[in-house]
Amino acid sequence: MTQLDFQTLLPLTILTVWACVLLIVDLFIPKNRKGITAVLAALGLAVTLSFTILQIGRENSGYSGMVVLDGFSTFVNALILVSGLLGIALAYGYVKRMGLERGEYYTLLLFSVVGMMLMAQAADLIVVFIALELLSIPLYVLAAFSRTSAESEEAGIKYFLLGAFATGFVVYGTALVFGATGTTSLVGIVGSASNGTSSLLLTIGAALILVGFGFKVAAVPFHMWTPDVYQGAPTSVTAFMAAGAKIAGFAALLRVFATAFPTLATDLTDILWALSAVTMILGNVVAISQTNIKRMLAYSSIAHAGYILMAFVPYGNKDIMPISIAAGLFYLVSYVFTNFGAWGVVIALEKSEGKGLEIGDYAGLGRKYPALAAAMTVFMLSLIGLPPTLGLVGKFYLFRAVIAGGYTGLAIIGVVTSLVSAYYYLRVVVTMYMKDGEPTTEREPMLDFTTAFTAIVTVVVSLVPQWLFLLASNAVLKLF
Amino acid sequence: MVPVNYYIILSAILFTIGAVGVLIRRNPLVIFMSVELMLNAANLAMVAFSSVYKSFSGQIFVFFVIAVAAAEVAVGLALIVEIFKTKHNINVDEMNSLKG
Amino acid sequence: MLLEYIAIAVMIAVATLIAFIAIGLGELLGPKKKSEAKSMPYESGMNPYGEGTRRMPVRFYLVAVLFILFDIEVVFFLPWAIVFRQLGIFGLIEMIIFIVILLVGYVYAWKKGALEWE
Repeated sequence: MTQLDFQTLLPLTILTVWACVLLIVDLFIPKNRKGITAVLAALGLAVTLSFTILQIGRENSGYSGMVVLDGFSTFVNALILVSGLLGIALAYGYVKRMGLERGEYYTLLLFSVVGMMLMAQAADLIVVFIALELLSIPLYVLAAFSRTSAESEEAGIKYFLLGAFATGFVVYGTALVFGATGTTSLVGIVGSASNGTSSLLLTIGAALILVGFGFKVAAVPFHMWTPDVYQGAPTSVTAFMAAGAKIAGFAALLRVFATAFPTLATDLTDILWALSAVTMILGNVVAISQTNIKRMLAYSSIAHAGYILMAFVPYGNKDIMPISIAAGLFYLVSYVFTNFGAWGVVIALEKSEGKGLEIGDYAGLGRKYPALAAAMTVFMLSLIGLPPTLGLVGKFYLFRAVIAGGYTGLAIIGVVTSLVSAYYYLRVVVTMYMKDGEPTTEREPMLDFTTAFTAIVTVVVSLVPQWLFLLASNAVLKLF
Repeated sequence: MVPVNYYIILSAILFTIGAVGVLIRRNPLVIFMSVELMLNAANLAMVAFSSVYKSFSGQIFVFFVIAVAAAEVAVGLALIVEIFKTKHNINVDEMNSLKG
Repeated sequence: MLLEYIAIAVMIAVATLIAFIAIGLGELLGPKKKSEAKSMPYESGMNPYGEGTRRMPVRFYLVAVLFILFDIEVVFFLPWAIVFRQLGIFGLIEMIIFIVILLVGYVYAWKKGALEWE
């Protein structure tokens, strides 16, 4: 191990040590003061974030090429760490209110963040696998964190069984890729593949890996677990899971496919096209009939996986790819902020035993709590892709890149499904402002702050989006 | 020496049995065993390829799969035991409190 | 190259044959007088009570889970031990880090009371 190796994984190492120490420290924190653990966990994420930011512009690979550090990984890691911070901020009051407050919540969240960061830096299929498991296993436990609620346990076991199933696909795909090329290193695979080794094995292997990641990012037809898990898991966990697992899944998908399998582009482009189209259509159409807000947002999350998948379709086209991936990253950023904000509002209205989660419960919110209703309106507009929000800018960049790649049909599907989605998102807004009701909220400063912060980011950044897009473009530049 | 193809065919069969098992069995424990079968099919393929290429990275991968699968088992069994404690039943068909 | 496996095939065949012969001879030659007492499950001569399959205390699962976790990690010690001399001090430090991480888990399980039986 050299100093360079150490630098490559410095933020990740800090966070791992922090999480391990926190696990022990938490044992000595009295039961009714677990807020201290939350603060310590957030502090760890903040320290890691500052070290990640210090790494901007640095590029090297470490540990015999098993991990890399580049603009892409730095960008994604920063986004993951911000998600972790938002996740803790949402959970802080919620777990106390729901009687779930245990120190392990925050430790598990930290370990999951470590897994996600490792995923963004992985340069070898072995590391991809370990990162995948490191991010998933804590999430299985978090989904089942409410031990007294049958729904939460059911969500946990369903997530676990399907997640393990998906892992099986990734592992077998890796085995076949190894069989076709004789190496598990992403750079080695592309070198071996261009020499013309048995490509059928390689294609099947890549397809199996795609299936595995399809499960993780909840793309149709591998989405069946999503609504149940999102509904059953504690809401603060759902928010973190929806954002974090998506970022990490897409980061790995991008890294693996752009680096290792560019030779398979002709075979895979059509598959990705179909996956993206079906995911957008099914997610948005099924969301219409949902009355539970958590289920509705779950289907919305599926639909958004479809939009982000669009960014991968021009993959293999060297000219369009950088723009389209940058657009995908931008969309991820906009999705993360909108997602946490929307779930924050859901948390504010949720009562114990799953009450307060029907869309009808939002009636009258506009009159009674104008600020909260305004924030929710911003998030709904952003999810549709209407001004003045980040969602619009994200969709604009995405559709532009896809059209430039020559996939106008896909862009049309994207626009039409966005219009369809307006129906169910606006229904929430209409219920809030047009219907009479007496909603009650249970808020605390941390939650209010998170909701306000994400709402402001969603609006303000959408007015000056160029710098963020530039940042995303610079991040992906060196990948190709 | 057994030709490497035989190992690959065997591992493909095992993987398929595992995948089909996950889809048609209803007991979480059996589903979980099927998942393990899938992982071990991959392990077999990995070791077989590893001997073909005289490369150790396949075998290293198998070590990691084994170790991580153990962690998965721990979490999975704990979840199943918890569910059994609250419901006294672990049939996945009867897990339908979440529907819409 | 399947010929190499003939020895194993012969062994399996012979073993199966012997098993069948042993059971078959007993069945053929032994006297058969059935009675109710004889068909009962054998429980040290006592009259059996309760179900044949009894539920185990859930603590066994906890112990089993902990055992799996710590047991499997040995898989990493074995290859390390074989190349211990080549890796030298670097390998030793790496392994110490690995063990410290395991120890964190151990201390956690201990303090949480997972190792207590009662």
